[in-house]
Amino acid sequence: MITATNLTKVYNKTTVLNIEHLDIPTGQSMGLVGNNGAGKTTFFSMLLDLIQPTTGNIFNNDITVSQNEEWKSFTSSFIDESFLIGYLTPEEYFYFIGDLRKQNKADVDALLQNFEDFFHDEIIGKRKYLRDLSKGNQKKVRIVAALIGNPKVIILDEPFANLDPTTQIRLKKIIKDLTAQKETTILISSHDLIHITEVCERIVVLDKGDMVKDILTSPATLDELETYFSRDLRLNQ
Amino acid sequence: MFKRLFSLEWKSFFRSASVGRSLGLKILMGFLGLYFTTAFLFFGIGLYPLIVEYFPGEEPLFLVNRFVLVWLILELAYRFLLQNLPIMDIKPLMLLPIKKRKVVDFVLLKSLYSFFNFLPLLIIIPFGVYNIYKQTFNTEVIIAWMIAMIGLTLSINYANFLIKKTFTDNIKALIPVVGGIAVIGILDYFKIFESSVWFGKGLNEILNYPLLAIIPVLLFIVFYIWNQKDLENKFYLDSTLKEEVKDANTKEFLWTKRFGDLAPYLQQDLKLIWRNKRPKTTIYLSILFLAYGLIFYPNETYQDMPAFFVFVGIFITGIFMINFGQFIPAWDSGYFPLIMVQNIPLKQYLTAKAGLITFSVVVLAMLSTPYLYFGWKILLMNMVCAVYNIGINIPIILYAGSFNRKRIDLDKSPFMNYQGIGAAQWIVGLPLLLIPVLIFWGFYKIISFESGITVLFVMGIVGLFFRNRAISFIAQRYKRQKYAMIEGFKQSGE
Repeated sequence: MITATNLTKVYNKTTVLNIEHLDIPTGQSMGLVGNNGAGKTTFFSMLLDLIQPTTGNIFNNDITVSQNEEWKSFTSSFIDESFLIGYLTPEEYFYFIGDLRKQNKADVDALLQNFEDFFHDEIIGKRKYLRDLSKGNQKKVRIVAALIGNPKVIILDEPFANLDPTTQIRLKKIIKDLTAQKETTILISSHDLIHITEVCERIVVLDKGDMVKDILTSPATLDELETYFSRDLRLNQ
Repeated sequence: MFKRLFSLEWKSFFRSASVGRSLGLKILMGFLGLYFTTAFLFFGIGLYPLIVEYFPGEEPLFLVNRFVLVWLILELAYRFLLQNLPIMDIKPLMLLPIKKRKVVDFVLLKSLYSFFNFLPLLIIIPFGVYNIYKQTFNTEVIIAWMIAMIGLTLSINYANFLIKKTFTDNIKALIPVVGGIAVIGILDYFKIFESSVWFGKGLNEILNYPLLAIIPVLLFIVFYIWNQKDLENKFYLDSTLKEEVKDANTKEFLWTKRFGDLAPYLQQDLKLIWRNKRPKTTIYLSILFLAYGLIFYPNETYQDMPAFFVFVGIFITGIFMINFGQFIPAWDSGYFPLIMVQNIPLKQYLTAKAGLITFSVVVLAMLSTPYLYFGWKILLMNMVCAVYNIGINIPIILYAGSFNRKRIDLDKSPFMNYQGIGAAQWIVGLPLLLIPVLIFWGFYKIISFESGITVLFVMGIVGLFFRNRAISFIAQRYKRQKYAMIEGFKQSGE
């Protein structure tokens, strides 16, 4: 579904991302982990054509993302705060996104039904603008908005950060349900190794822009990752 | 501490993504500033001899005093339209050990260096010095008069901030101010109660009792403290916390549905305008400026210069276009990446914006029909200007939008949410206004009035005819500029 070849991004002579080849088959859920500055968000931004790669290309369903906009109709994403329109109510926001994804009101309503417990009765029908919601609730709105319109590719950048424990558990369930159907390709980045190994079939580790690990998740994966990320600590001891 | 705050401002200007555009504007404004400086200076120096020549027997200082009130009101008007409110990004400073008072003082004192405070000095000081040179009164007395005048100008400076802020918060609050000024003006005009004369007599008293000059200075201090208190109270990320969070306005603008594919975008834009302070002011301004024609149409001087009426026509029907259009797509800067990854073809996005502006031009043109009172020629010109605006100016302003790199924060706290009405904004509009005026003027001079009108009309229609293609071309340009825009809109602060 998604292929990156010879992908690099260079800022002021510093290479911040360098992926020779990465192939994500349809229906796979891939987790991206790495310390700050590893290049996770850079990769996602290039995949969404928000920044231009220095060299190489990304193909989303065989479409070169920087040259053709067709991918937008089946790709949805969640990156940062700049994805929310503050002066809309949550419902209006959902309907707006729905409109863009060719979903009518009823479709959107049906989808929202499934998330009633996720919203915890704090979002729908409250007659409040998004800018007046708390940060956590804003995040829930953004996550659900990314699921509207049966996208074939979903990109979630740090979806677990800043969520309360209940919501984290609910979100994991939502992602697992989606991956179980094997139709949606999901890319998730996270700093939480436990969550990510739980929901993703495959884990890619980035370090200063390089792909250092690419593993299919197994019960041993969490240990492997923990060992990897504490290597500096052990060296010092 | 002030020095540090100043260096922060300096860096925020030069390190922002829009520095090229801002710098260009600043240079242009520099030239205009130079022009006005010279004009005011000559007027200041020449005022005394001019009065002596044209009003023999009058004491120049008394004559000037009689017009001070009129001048102050004019000054208030042009400051209101041209002077930017002093703003600063306070959020990063809020958690640092800097007293609120310091930041507020910095912002307020910074405004003293405004060009608009400098201009009146160019009249007050030369005129005062001339009086001293002529020894019409004692030197100390004249110095007292100068101090009083400077006090009055500075009072206007700070009064303007208060008025401008209330205006952005609540348009209705402006009614008493405008109404009050209108009543004073009418009473004065019909010589029922001549406030300007009484005000002048009051100023004359300073010449008898120089200590009275303390009153305008006190007035200035009162306005300063008022501003200070006002800003300190707003020194919060969200000073709306004090009010109840109002029920969201969930007007749906369902009538937009008939525009098919464009409907979601149009709805979106209408909500943007309706629910946010800053875009909302563009609506108020449009309505306010409908009356602009009243200055020109009844005036004898302009009757032989129809080119002026083209200017007025473009302005009246295009005021929303100028004020709203020039910030496309920066209005959407807060969620620009969303627009870029959603299934929104840029062409449709731009077509919707063009549609909205076209709608505004049509509405304003219809609202301007009462100008028929001044003759069918004026009505015809306004309609032709509207067509020209729709056909030519809208694509131009959309094209110019691709140079926008500066973020507009719609959700900003009220402390600094007063960017908006300023001189720069009008300067961007100048090419839109001047090009049709020049075209018309050329044809009017060489051939005839009718030919000038026809050319503008035909240009507008041709533009409308090619609009689709023009927008495709502009969309291409947006596509190329998209990365730079995303980068620029990410930067917060001025």
